[in-house]
Amino acid sequence: MSDMPPQEPLLQVTDLCVEFETRDGTAKVLDEVSLELRAGETLGIVGESGCGKSMTALSIMRLIPSPPGEITAGQVRLSGTDLLSLDERRMRDIRGKDISMIFQEPMTSLNPVFTVGEQIAESLRLHEGISEKDAAKRAVGILKSVGIPEPEARAESYPHQLSGGMRQRVMVAIALACGPKVIIADEPTTALDVTVQAQIFDLLRDLNQHLRTAIILITHDMGAIAEMTDRVTVMYAGRVVEEGPVEAILEAPRHPYTQGLIACVPQLDPNPGRERPPLEEIPGVVPAMTRLGSGCAFAPRCKHAFARCHDERPERLPVGSGHSAACWLLVEDGAS
Amino acid sequence: MTAEIPDRDLLLRIEDLKVHFGGKSWIPGRVSKTVHAVDGVSLEVERGKTFGIVGESGSGKTTTALAAVRLVPITAGRVFLDDTEVSALTGEALRLARKRFQIVFQDPFSSLNPRVRAGQIVREPLDLMEVGAEAERDGLVQALFAQVGLRPEQQALFPHQFSGGQRQRIGLARAIATRPELVVCDEPVSALDVAIQAQILNLMRRLQEELGLTYLFISHDLGVVQYICDEIAVMYLGQIVEQADRVSLFVRPQHPYTKALLSAVPSARAGKRAANRANRIRLEGDPPSPIDLPKGCRFAGRCPLAEARCHETPPELRLIETGHKVACHLV
Repeated sequence: MSDMPPQEPLLQVTDLCVEFETRDGTAKVLDEVSLELRAGETLGIVGESGCGKSMTALSIMRLIPSPPGEITAGQVRLSGTDLLSLDERRMRDIRGKDISMIFQEPMTSLNPVFTVGEQIAESLRLHEGISEKDAAKRAVGILKSVGIPEPEARAESYPHQLSGGMRQRVMVAIALACGPKVIIADEPTTALDVTVQAQIFDLLRDLNQHLRTAIILITHDMGAIAEMTDRVTVMYAGRVVEEGPVEAILEAPRHPYTQGLIACVPQLDPNPGRERPPLEEIPGVVPAMTRLGSGCAFAPRCKHAFARCHDERPERLPVGSGHSAACWLLVEDGAS
Repeated sequence: MTAEIPDRDLLLRIEDLKVHFGGKSWIPGRVSKTVHAVDGVSLEVERGKTFGIVGESGSGKTTTALAAVRLVPITAGRVFLDDTEVSALTGEALRLARKRFQIVFQDPFSSLNPRVRAGQIVREPLDLMEVGAEAERDGLVQALFAQVGLRPEQQALFPHQFSGGQRQRIGLARAIATRPELVVCDEPVSALDVAIQAQILNLMRRLQEELGLTYLFISHDLGVVQYICDEIAVMYLGQIVEQADRVSLFVRPQHPYTKALLSAVPSARAGKRAANRANRIRLEGDPPSPIDLPKGCRFAGRCPLAEARCHETPPELRLIETGHKVACHLV
């Protein structure tokens, strides 16, 4: 798009393909996934489970278990460096320093036998080569910056002594310890209560605004997308089906899957007295990745599908400023 | 007992329910601490309606539901289903009464026996409760499968061969098999994918219309609760802090906790993003532990409006307008 300032994206994923060997044959879990993240931006990746959201995150971090998984094509460029061509040692330097990740379940991703202070300090010592003492001091400061009360005492706590919200704050603290350029947050609040979710979102928004950390937020919740993100990538069956600015995606979604995802969730209605019609349904389930045909993967669940959808896969086409969608309906509309 | 408004046909009545855990330790001579999971909950559910209980984890919403269907021991209080005092039943009488109240669980994976075929899972309650003649039961199971949107040949499959949504359909078929009056739904859609939630919620509403079911619906998702419930109680640390019909609760929430809960819900409604955030009531910290309860209002520690008296005396749940009750000194 010409109205965008020519700015090199911080993180650029191009035509990324990932395959997994399974008993039922080869599963193409990511199929030509492309996305861009600029400095200071928040990108949302949304879709049902099994659509490849977390796979995209793990591929960027080069954390795909291999075998059975393999990155078969594509590029992941972070500030110009192709991460896929780096050796494992160089990659370890980048993980946790330039890109870090926040996982869904803080209880299972924190080490139960180390104090949370030690776990934050570990990342600092590895990447910044500072002494144990300095690292411990810095860890306390970071705990304080993520809003943990009594950080000196809390640094001595083990994960099980903290509540779910506190643990997730610790995860955020570990992720931002070395001042990364990109934080990938994979469903960071799914295991948390709404009031605590709001606190974590405030914290992430703060990082984004004050430290200009770019964030990729993986979620299935359109509400979280609306609250947090600047741009949105919608994934279905390992492909990007729609991509665009958050307002465009929420107000004028062009792909039937995106439309379905927004309509099927009961939203708080400011006028709760009115009739409640049945919710819009997306019938059926996400297809098995080993059994994707040649057509659009969403066609079997799509109420608008016609012959072409079942035979040919649509490419992503521009439908607005910085907004693109992969659907034959858009082509047919344009032609007629 | 006080006289009720006569035109309300109440199916479920819970009076001052308390469920406490612990108190005795397995180490002789030691008394372990008591968890006050549910601490004085009273509620009434009208026949054919859906009563929702919302709250965060640890608020006691699930324990209240489990106690209502006698799946956890009741420490104090009474539960009535129509004229039957369910909380006083024991042994065979309790077992037979279970025909009238069933439950749908949160996790459709662990709540179905992996070694039993779907048809048999749905048939089991019919056999145990001796619903219909034995020869008719195959037909009943078939009808139940059709009712929840499963194909007849799927009766022969095992639970792992179904998707999460389909498994929850099996759970629903099993729950309605004995033609119960009350179905307790404990977070029935929270383990499901967003697109599948809508399918199950629509199915639940259709079944309610067809069978005249009464639901006690437990959820932490306010969007879902607003969509499906007629009356809603908000729980915090084992107690109801606010209770009202759908319209009053969502249009005129009174309790600071309810307000905070409502404003914490991220909304996908476009155009409201900035405004929504500015008006948000932020809560600090986490709920206190149900072991060492504060002596005043249980929410006072996190309440942005708390005054001195809030920390001293616990507020009563008071009626502030028809059908709308709030437990807060400041209302």
